[in-house]
Amino acid sequence: MKPVLEVKDLSVTFRTEDGKLSAVDRVSLEVGDGEVLAVVGESGCGKSVTAMSIAGLLPRTANVDGSVKLDGTELIGADKRTLRSIRGREVAYIFQEPMTSLNPVFTVGHQIGEVLRTHVGLSRQAARARSIELLKLVGIPSAERRVSDYPHQLSGGMRQRVMIAMAVACDPKVLIADEPTTALDVTIQAGILDVLRGLRERLGTSIVLITHDLGVVADLADRVAVMYAGRVVETAQVHELFANPQHPYTAGLLGASPAAGRHAETHRLNEIPGLVPLLSEQPDACTFADRCPRAVDFCTTSQPQLTTGQHQVACWNPVREPVEV
Amino acid sequence: MEQFALEVEDLVMHFGPVRAVDGVTLRVRQGSVVALVGESGSGKSTVGRCIVRLLEPTGGTIRLADADVTHLNRRQLRPHRRDVSIVFQDPAGSLDPRLSVGDIVGEPLRLMRRKDIPAKVSEALRRVGLRPEVANRSPHELSGGQRQRVSIARALISEPRLLVADEPTSALDVSVQAAVLNLLADLQRDLGFACLFITHDLSAVEYLADEVAVMYLGQLVEQGPRARIFGVPAHPYTQALLSAAPVPDPAEQRARKPVLLGDDLPSAIDPPSGCRFHTRCPVAVDKCRTVVPESRVIGEGGHQVACHLVSDDGTGPDVRTVEGATP
Repeated sequence: MKPVLEVKDLSVTFRTEDGKLSAVDRVSLEVGDGEVLAVVGESGCGKSVTAMSIAGLLPRTANVDGSVKLDGTELIGADKRTLRSIRGREVAYIFQEPMTSLNPVFTVGHQIGEVLRTHVGLSRQAARARSIELLKLVGIPSAERRVSDYPHQLSGGMRQRVMIAMAVACDPKVLIADEPTTALDVTIQAGILDVLRGLRERLGTSIVLITHDLGVVADLADRVAVMYAGRVVETAQVHELFANPQHPYTAGLLGASPAAGRHAETHRLNEIPGLVPLLSEQPDACTFADRCPRAVDFCTTSQPQLTTGQHQVACWNPVREPVEV
Repeated sequence: MEQFALEVEDLVMHFGPVRAVDGVTLRVRQGSVVALVGESGSGKSTVGRCIVRLLEPTGGTIRLADADVTHLNRRQLRPHRRDVSIVFQDPAGSLDPRLSVGDIVGEPLRLMRRKDIPAKVSEALRRVGLRPEVANRSPHELSGGQRQRVSIARALISEPRLLVADEPTSALDVSVQAAVLNLLADLQRDLGFACLFITHDLSAVEYLADEVAVMYLGQLVEQGPRARIFGVPAHPYTQALLSAAPVPDPAEQRARKPVLLGDDLPSAIDPPSGCRFHTRCPVAVDKCRTVVPESRVIGEGGHQVACHLVSDDGTGPDVRTVEGATP
């Protein structure tokens, strides 16, 4: 199957007062048609920067190398007009914070309609009718009335549903959801995850799900890429990754995640000692080595590359036996 | 007679028209951990701020180790300050950036005019897993997890009987959160202080808490021993909370069906009549819309619930298994 989105050797560096910061280091990802790829990692691992570079949303201080192809069209270095026609139409983006992403002075109907008028050339009336349809699609009750609401009249969950409606207005090939439920309560989160699942099933939208929450990954993803300090350290089908994590970081992360019914007896969570390294120059070594319980001499002198195949891992001494978590 | 580090009775805290806390009764035994769980806007942090008397309650009483502190003024509160400490969610915002870590941790002792402060600061830092040299650093030089350890060291240096921990790990990454939760559990076991652990994340408290109290829109809907709340949750909201948090196991997670409550959290300015949860409850009946449910004991260990649909022996609907239920 040909991937819809193909990211190859993507590197992003930022010029700052403290010198060059390497946020993303030769990341390669593929997303198939109708597939949900979760990119998971902790703060500063580069997951959001990766997502933003796919959508061409990074500021000028960012230096992006490598290739991002959407259905064969190269996006890195593409001119403004190409990007404008793709952004919002072929690649759509949902941000974490729905309140700051919506314009407070326009009704939600106006804001969804704007997307349709700009990209599809719908008339004002047709755009309104389509906006109502979209609000229904994302599960907003009494959509006919809600379409005239301003963002402040909606709850956080509703606002995120509106953001999703805007994002899928033009039936994008790829939807990038950057921590779409992090700012929401769990009872609201469950509804939003349901909406995303429905979009994939009904519209066949490919989704790149950026998250730090392994529960969300387990709920929605088909495949998972685990990022650490700017690099992809492991990627596999979701069931395989949770059952047989091979990178010690993935295994550590799974053990550290609290989950109801799992830690009551042990009264302890697994810890990952140490700190995430600073994003200066990427060393020629495994960036996880100094926190890794399985590190060998080799790890500090040579950078492991991702293996090939269905389950890929970048580690000199991967976990082979199934881990109890 | 049983000893309580904290007794909150019928606590009410209104901010103008906003009824943030509306009649909360809660006790924490000496040396035990109670988790106060709720979502944004439930009033759980307001309860915490009333207990440490950052706020003066509108009504009700707060007793710290048998002393009524509900309406004491600043000066009168001073002798009680050592009985209770608080750790906040955001360690960056709650540590004074102009002070050194040592000054921050030692401040409670200075206010109490204690002696040997530097030695005690070193000991407090060591206890939370930091090297004593950290005392000379500034908060901004530390990572989020280290800063939260500093907050914990400051909170515990006066050897309080009660620690109020208000979402102490919510701002931290998963791997760091695990270390801070383990640290709190170890300290609590070793030092024996009582703890009110305020959180939105039920799963984070399962292995920490002796008891769990669940809050919704300013009121407690259910409280009881940990095993009962996780094992046989009686209130539909508790059941929904437990079912909504996704578990990090794809096979198990996909077999579950979260209870969807609808997105509209009612306002604390004009809370719903009857049971406050009725507007989102999948199994609400007419009575729920008009009659306020009283909290009553339904099981061992003082398991209490405020729901009309739960009978006195604790049997009642489980919204996790009700098919096609919609609010």
